[in-house]
Amino acid sequence: MIEAGYNFGYLDENTKRMIRRALLQAVALPGYQVPFGSREMPLPYGWGTGGIQVTASIIGADDTLKVIDQGADDTTNAVSIRRFFNRVTGVATTEHTAEATIIQTRHRVPEAKLREGQVLVYQVPMPEPLFRLEPRVAETKRMHALADYGLMHVKLYEDIAQHGAATTSYNYPVLVNGRYLMSPSPIPAFDNPKLDMMPALQLFGAGREKRIYAVPPYTEVRSLDFEDHPFQPARADAACVICGARDSYLDELIVDDGGKRHFVCSDTDYCASRPPLVEAAA
Amino acid sequence: MSALLTAEGLHLHFGKVAALDDVALEIHPGEVVAIVGESGSGKTTLLRVLAGMMAPQQGQVLYAGEDVHAMGEAARRRLMRSDWGFVHQNPRDGLRLRVSAGGNVGERLMAAGARHYGNIRAEATEWLKRVEIDPARIDDMPLQFSGGMQQRLQIARTLVTRPKLVFMDEPTGGLDVSVQARLLDLIRALVAELGLAVLIVTHDIAAARLLAHRMLVMRRGQVVEQGLTDRVLDDPQHPYTQLLVSSVLAA
Repeated sequence: MIEAGYNFGYLDENTKRMIRRALLQAVALPGYQVPFGSREMPLPYGWGTGGIQVTASIIGADDTLKVIDQGADDTTNAVSIRRFFNRVTGVATTEHTAEATIIQTRHRVPEAKLREGQVLVYQVPMPEPLFRLEPRVAETKRMHALADYGLMHVKLYEDIAQHGAATTSYNYPVLVNGRYLMSPSPIPAFDNPKLDMMPALQLFGAGREKRIYAVPPYTEVRSLDFEDHPFQPARADAACVICGARDSYLDELIVDDGGKRHFVCSDTDYCASRPPLVEAAA
Repeated sequence: MSALLTAEGLHLHFGKVAALDDVALEIHPGEVVAIVGESGSGKTTLLRVLAGMMAPQQGQVLYAGEDVHAMGEAARRRLMRSDWGFVHQNPRDGLRLRVSAGGNVGERLMAAGARHYGNIRAEATEWLKRVEIDPARIDDMPLQFSGGMQQRLQIARTLVTRPKLVFMDEPTGGLDVSVQARLLDLIRALVAELGLAVLIVTHDIAAARLLAHRMLVMRRGQVVEQGLTDRVLDDPQHPYTQLLVSSVLAA
């Protein structure tokens, strides 16, 4: 059931068409940032206005939608976006990665392997990977056009020189299809290898910055590194206290005033799909 | 030997002011050419036009037989980071002040495709030594360096990829005299060692005499006299050159 007074997917048909055109261009030029006419959405910038517009443009009546925020299905952002789409499209929603056809995500890639036919939609706060290094947008465009990415390596060099290792732990820049430098959105560097040769289609939407970019299925995505300092995805050296997983990305929880720490899977669906360690000792 | 860089019939007017008025010039490999003249005579404009940073209204600049202003921006940038170098008057224009000395020297190497941290660092250390900066300061920011050190760092950063042709815009400007002398010494040694062709713009006649094989004197956008440095300075022909030479203060 669609709530009365709304077009399917909230956006009007012309807007959806405009966004789809941008998406087609983005898929044709992997990693290239396509400008688009971002609309006002009924939620603030920074909450996923870009991702929502992309999802609204590609969603169909027979789709099944999953929304995650930092890996979790049950946080405010995830719940409200899921409910929003349920109201304006009436499509089925799910918390299970395997059942979803469209997964809108903020800051994580699901632990479960994605398959062909699925679409992963990322919410992107800042699409320009060079923005902290080069403040002039015109200049960053020129650098992309000429594939002049020496500056990004200067940043990596500085990290290693000052700290002994690449210190970027999220939003770690990648080179897509050997051509465009791309921000993978603020996912942990741990997730970067999942982007490489992924069978699912990956779409990125930045609402405030009005940019869309994409990684088509089975496209090479390489994290930048040096030959003698290869890229190393970081992960807390611990096991999830709920399911005991040692291969998933973990959130750190402070559980008492003494600074006691617990680690739990950030991907709630992955954690729930595994047998619990022990039924809570209590 | 054929010329590395050739310019013919360059014209550039800013409104009514002629910055370049029918300027022609040749630079051969390994040659140091100085352009001297007073402020506003068109020296820096000429340098910028030759380096492809500014287009002339007429005339052309050929580098290794290719028209610098007709090639695409990508090709020109490639030239700028491989075959050419540019040393700015103010080192702050040529350096990244929030990137360490090592990163500054390494940038051109990385832009040229170097992807081995250890090698980049070794090369940067080597170049800091060559320009007389203590290699222990490789991780310091240029902001913490003195003006002379910043200028030497800029030179190291420019020469690390062993360009064939280096443009220098008043490299000793704004430095005190003893620092200037050391810098000139250093530039002279590196130029001889690497066999660089250098086009140096300066209003310091003494610096030109020390460095340059050949000299062009500019006034109001025109080259009024050119020849071997010693000839121009010891036997100036044009009245303006005579005035210029006689104005040099002797200590």
